Amino acid sequence: MKEVLQVQELRKAYGSVVAVDGISFSVREGEIFGMVGPNGAGKTTAVECLEGLRQPDAGSVQVLGLDPWSGRLALAERIGVQLQESALPPRLRVAEALRLFGSFYQRRVDPEPLLGALGLADKRSSPFAKLSGGQKQRLFIALALINEPQLVFFDELTTGLDPQARRSMWDLVQHVRDRGCTVFMTTHYMEEAERLCDRLLILDHGQVVALDSPEALIRSLDAERRLVFSITEGQTAPDLAGLPSVQRVEQSAQRLVVYGHGERFVSSVVYALEDAGVPFLDLRTEQPNLEDVFLALTGREMRE
Amino acid sequence: MRSFLNLTWVNLKLYIREPIATFFTLAFPPLMVLLFGAMYGNDPSPLFDGRGSMDVSMPAYTAMILATVAFIGVPITLGGYREAGVLRRYKATALRPFTYICSDVVANLLMTLIGMVGLVIVGWLLYRVHFEGNVLTVVVAVIFCGLSMCSVGYLIGSVAPNARTAQVVSMVIFYPMLFLSGAGIPLEIMPATIKKVASFLPLTYVVKLLRGLWFGNSWGEHLLETAILSGILVFGAALAARLFRWE
Repeated sequence: MKEVLQVQELRKAYGSVVAVDGISFSVREGEIFGMVGPNGAGKTTAVECLEGLRQPDAGSVQVLGLDPWSGRLALAERIGVQLQESALPPRLRVAEALRLFGSFYQRRVDPEPLLGALGLADKRSSPFAKLSGGQKQRLFIALALINEPQLVFFDELTTGLDPQARRSMWDLVQHVRDRGCTVFMTTHYMEEAERLCDRLLILDHGQVVALDSPEALIRSLDAERRLVFSITEGQTAPDLAGLPSVQRVEQSAQRLVVYGHGERFVSSVVYALEDAGVPFLDLRTEQPNLEDVFLALTGREMRE
Repeated sequence: MRSFLNLTWVNLKLYIREPIATFFTLAFPPLMVLLFGAMYGNDPSPLFDGRGSMDVSMPAYTAMILATVAFIGVPITLGGYREAGVLRRYKATALRPFTYICSDVVANLLMTLIGMVGLVIVGWLLYRVHFEGNVLTVVVAVIFCGLSMCSVGYLIGSVAPNARTAQVVSMVIFYPMLFLSGAGIPLEIMPATIKKVASFLPLTYVVKLLRGLWFGNSWGEHLLETAILSGILVFGAALAARLFRWE
């Protein structure tokens, strides 16, 4: 598979604080690649090194075959960037911003369809300062796409947005990828990473903790799964703890929580209940998620 | 070139949408003509070598407009843009930093010239003010003085840690200069001590140069002013270029 970005032993320190501590990875064409980690893990510093906005202290970075620092302007023509913290002049209007940013590039798309696709068509004459947080972010996505980039960087795209705006942002990210643009995104929301990313890199204290698809990361945990259900009053549950895939059972009144491992875990429990003729209600399984992966790998909770 | 023209046009529009800056650039000078014209009229006066009060106010108020743009418009916009992350956003595009600065400078110079034209129109309509110089020479002089003063504005905007500080520093420089340099009030009516103070203010030399050229002097008669303003331009621009930060 073709790679659009390669990083070898990238390192960046601010004085004695090492923000990025020798990370290596690559991004494949057409994927949504996520860099996740808690606030302060070094994500933004890493991304800014990839975008050509910061000079790495050591290591090599190739983005679309270019060195981002020495070839910043040439690279800027071909990538789209949404920065974690940025703004436009307060009185600049939406449509003006798109026309203006389009004029910065050799290659640019018609702003009209972009305005429509990002739900900004009725905001074209609104000044930047009057936009909501979600509208500002959508405008920044539009600005990142105005030069029809091959690779786009989204840094903490949904931070500070309400849940509804965040979900609509997820659809937009998928839409961007479906147009054929590779997406590199950072987030500190594990749920977002799990939902969107084809592959993700977990960064903590400037170092790569894990790099794989969300499913593979969760599977690799081989963590306990939980099966939760209720039985009707007066019934007695069979001896589930004796099943090979079950580790332990907790019961309080009619409610049971069964902990176990393996592919046959759920079916063996259900079969045992059926076999004993015990009816059960509200059965659900609880899977480990990326939060659990992070906890298992770093020994800490992801902090908001 | 396309990005330069677009950005210059946008910067002009943004300037005009900023009510305070626009008021002081476009509305305040004509209001001064109305006010001081009503008080002093434009009769020839020995104080001004036989010219009227409004005649000599034209180049003086032009210097005032120029100072407004350079000391209020430039640093506050630059400091504010940097603080909010506007400059960061521009930097993350294929726009060349040099193009950005040039376009900002040109927009500010155009704004100064627009202010001057508006002022002269009002002055001519109300008082038939006299102009004895060469239009091209005066325009070149306004651009030259504008560059010189703007370099100081960019310097303030470059070193100020945030928009608030930029604003305070700008006001501290702007207001005394407005009243003590001959831009707002003619130096001829000022006591000797003020004239002494005025000789330390850069804007004083702008007023002298513009007034001289306005009434037909040649550049050769203003070598001192030209030298001082050139020095400020070179020094200010070099220092601003060194100290300029995008974030």
